[in-house]
Amino acid sequence: MEPNESSLHPIEILLVEDNPGDSRLAKEALKESKLKNNLYVAEDGVEALNFLYKTGKYSIMPRPDLIILDLNLPKKDGREVLAEIKNDDNLKRIPVVILTISKAEEDILKTYNLHANCYVTKPLDLDQFMKVVRSIEDFWLTIVKLPNGKNE
Amino acid sequence: MTSESSDSYSFNILLVEDNPGDARLAQEALTENHVKHILYHVDDGLQALDFLYKKGEYHSSPRPDLILLDLNLPKINGHQVLAEIKSDESLRKIPVVILSISQSEKDIERSYELNANCYVTKPLDINEFIEVFGRIQNFWLKTVKLPG
Repeated sequence: MEPNESSLHPIEILLVEDNPGDSRLAKEALKESKLKNNLYVAEDGVEALNFLYKTGKYSIMPRPDLIILDLNLPKKDGREVLAEIKNDDNLKRIPVVILTISKAEEDILKTYNLHANCYVTKPLDLDQFMKVVRSIEDFWLTIVKLPNGKNE
Repeated sequence: MTSESSDSYSFNILLVEDNPGDARLAQEALTENHVKHILYHVDDGLQALDFLYKKGEYHSSPRPDLILLDLNLPKINGHQVLAEIKSDESLRKIPVVILSISQSEKDIERSYELNANCYVTKPLDINEFIEVFGRIQNFWLKTVKLPG
């Protein structure tokens, strides 16, 4: 029986995060995954959308299988980025995990209404932060079936 | 049922599942995991919507914190239920986990297209089934912040 081609392709993850310390930690945590994955980091909302729309230097970038999105971003706010993604026919199916400091009920409600796939609060403690990223990786890469059949 | 402290908050989970064996297994799996919850179970798509809209016998049902939704349902199928939930202003924020035997790319894509929060394939093996349920519960009821 032929091995399933798609299981050989790494899972492409776009992390939209302006704090370099946080993105470094997330990268560490995701490296530990049993599933091969590539992590791309966009540091602001405009860069995130350029990446997703493959404009300019991003023309050769892959479409992400999963987006991890902070809300408080420079240039374009994460909430706006989320709204754009979920309103775009080509991008809307990509699961978006909100990973942000805010615990505000207003933010949680607003993002679910915008069809964020889930909302996770960023712990301030570094070990807890890594633990949370691992939980996200564990659930979204190994339990969930992602659109595009990457992790069958 | 509800309480001041989030530690003792009891989550309301709606399971939409027509297979009684799977429903019972789901109940067991969720109980084993010790996250305080109340499981509501309906066995077709119309009942699911009645529950959510609090119609008829469901007039005093609580708003679920999480919906576990099978796709292959009698009367109206899971995708139709999903579409209705996700286009309703007051229901759309409720996370919906699609739980289906189907591994068809078409079913998966359609679910995400209709704004399912995630898609999980139901394992056939009992132990795996229990484990997957545990992971769903841990992620959605412990890691994730649910809308109020």
